[in-house]
Amino acid sequence: MTGLDSSLIGITVGFMSLLGVVLAAVLAFANRKLWVFEDPRIDEVEELLPATNCGACGTAGCRPFAELLVKGEIEPAKCTVSSAEAIQEIAEFLGVEAGAVEKRVARLACAGGAHVARMQARYEGLESCRAAALIGGGPKACAWGCLGLADCERACDFDAIAMNPQGLPVVDADLCTACGDCVEACPKELFSLQPLSRRLWVACKNLLHGDEAERLCEVACTGCEKCARDAAPGLIEIRDNLATIDYRLNDLASPAAIQRCPTGAIVWLEKEGARKGRAAKRIARKEALPVEKVAV
Amino acid sequence: MRLFRRKTFSHGIHPPDHKAETAHSPIRRLPFPPRLVVPLDQHIGKPAVPLVHKGQEVVRGEPIARADGFLSAPVHAPATGRVRDIRPMPTARDRLTPCILIDVYEAATQEVLWHYPWQPRKMDRQALIQAVREMGLVGLGGAAFPSHVKLSVPEDKPAHTLVVNGCECEPYLSCDHRVMVEQPAELLRGVRYALRATGAKRAIIGIEDNKPDAIRLLQKLTAEEPAIEVEAVATKYPQGSEKMLIRSLMGLEVPAGGIPLDIGVVVNNVGTLAMLGALLPQGEALTERVITVTGPGVQRPGNYRVPLGTPIGFVLREAGYRGEAGDFVLGGPMMGPSVSDLRTPITKGSSGLLVLDEAAVRRESPRTWPCIHCGRCVNACPMRLNPAMLGRLAAAGEYQRMAAKYHLSDCFECGSCSWICPARIPLVQQFRVAKQWLRDQERRKRHAAPPRQQPLEASGKEVRAA
Repeated sequence: MTGLDSSLIGITVGFMSLLGVVLAAVLAFANRKLWVFEDPRIDEVEELLPATNCGACGTAGCRPFAELLVKGEIEPAKCTVSSAEAIQEIAEFLGVEAGAVEKRVARLACAGGAHVARMQARYEGLESCRAAALIGGGPKACAWGCLGLADCERACDFDAIAMNPQGLPVVDADLCTACGDCVEACPKELFSLQPLSRRLWVACKNLLHGDEAERLCEVACTGCEKCARDAAPGLIEIRDNLATIDYRLNDLASPAAIQRCPTGAIVWLEKEGARKGRAAKRIARKEALPVEKVAV
Repeated sequence: MRLFRRKTFSHGIHPPDHKAETAHSPIRRLPFPPRLVVPLDQHIGKPAVPLVHKGQEVVRGEPIARADGFLSAPVHAPATGRVRDIRPMPTARDRLTPCILIDVYEAATQEVLWHYPWQPRKMDRQALIQAVREMGLVGLGGAAFPSHVKLSVPEDKPAHTLVVNGCECEPYLSCDHRVMVEQPAELLRGVRYALRATGAKRAIIGIEDNKPDAIRLLQKLTAEEPAIEVEAVATKYPQGSEKMLIRSLMGLEVPAGGIPLDIGVVVNNVGTLAMLGALLPQGEALTERVITVTGPGVQRPGNYRVPLGTPIGFVLREAGYRGEAGDFVLGGPMMGPSVSDLRTPITKGSSGLLVLDEAAVRRESPRTWPCIHCGRCVNACPMRLNPAMLGRLAAAGEYQRMAAKYHLSDCFECGSCSWICPARIPLVQQFRVAKQWLRDQERRKRHAAPPRQQPLEASGKEVRAA
């Protein structure tokens, strides 16, 4: 065959056009028949949300949160990432109360940096707390303490956690959105989300008593009960050699409880950091403690 | 083709075996330590429940903790003495495991003073399994799986073959080798009990061909016994993994995610069955085991019979410790856990104590390099997984995909991929982290959203027993 047969072109174009028309009709029909109403406000509210999908509000992400907002089943303030203005904007848009949620931040229940907490072995391997914890609980002499390999720092999407020179994570309360990623990341379960109003804090989880605890870590709670006696009755209780705060009585908390703590394990949280009591031992050392030599 | 080839499986590795130091040293008994640390979870399954209280006197062989359910095993006093305390202590499994501490009486003769009225001749299947359960026997090869569970063969899944695992493929270890050479009668007796308990028709004892003396001896002793065969298998790691050994001996493959019983096979370690053959006629419980103490950091390497619960510090004092610590490994170097506390006890599942000195540890450079996709790990993996891909996913934190698409759960952590990797990527460690993360996730789901805010926030984390 030489050149293009004009009738072939005609058939081809005609067939393709017909196919297009038929499929378009099917699509048009499906669009009518299968159309689901979706509140247009959901899209608009989602636009106002931070799109971090962090899960701090308790839903799977910003879209499900927006759906709940439009249904009126959740308060805008439950989003801890948005600024106050953004939340106000959402509330005005939906014509609801913004609600009030007390800001929470992640708190670490350990103060045993490398300069005060002993290591009983040297760890070499994957740079991850979870990996180290799988080998006999990790190299730290205290079985409860922070391993300092920064799983939490890596887990934090908001750059709110930074490791200090002693290998302890420090939480920037302004940046923390209480999403809970660090809580899940820590293999020693040292992080918890705490309202800012809780200022009395036990930065230790060691369950050993007295010298036994202090031998492992110089800032461990020894279970001496001084804080429990100085605080309002019932506020602090010693459980398994560890000071335990009953936050239902948080209104009664005051810095008086921390003043006689010999190790500084119980602290009063200030804007600029944790404040130790007057009797807490002063630790001048900055460098890490050496790994103990094994003697048979 | 089989005629000209040694029985083996595909893939695997050939690490230097370092067995010469101990393979020919007869088993010797170590003295009793002044204090024993007896963990309650020396087996896979639920930890045992203590039957004794602080201050109570116990005699050697007496049950001191009972099994908690079917998948559990009781614990017996390894020595005559007094219970000093019951509290969490560091073990090879975890930092804080509930343990019974026993002060051993120095003047005691340490005879086993507690006997069960077992009459092996008259026992039927059920009675045998019950006796195994009462004696607290678990797999002594390292996994510490309760033996009575393994020997209980359900009606609808009959077992045709009992595979007796005498491979001992881990480098450095030679305790199973010594048991086969020194206690062949007990071993064969144990094999006969196991045959009776499982209802299997034949037993195959698989031994790596680097132990010709054991193969010859057992072949001679079983020449008249058609039900028990002794087979040599190629010396290759991990020949002693049950799935590999079944493949080598019988050419059968255990389905992914299944157990040997799915194809009618029951696998037991030689050390376990020799112990069964020794204990059952005596009516005694499991109170001691043979371990290989070896490595460059030990002055007198050898095979020692030690009471369960002996702290490794005591073992090292007796076997001579050269001083500079590198690494203490309980078990073989490929799969054994490193321990960092000298109070860590020898348990039912510890097959050895390996002391690497500083020089040996230094040779293992901690530096890792990027994966160059050479595929050696793929060629080494006996389960035919793709460790390189799994490693990449692990590095990216894609644990769920590892499990769903790349059969993470079939990895039994033999360490072949890590050993062969020229980039020294700690693959197995990554897989362990992934598995642990998935288990954690599973646990979280089961406990349906645990309250993140409890009224008593700082209440100490409960002591994990798992």
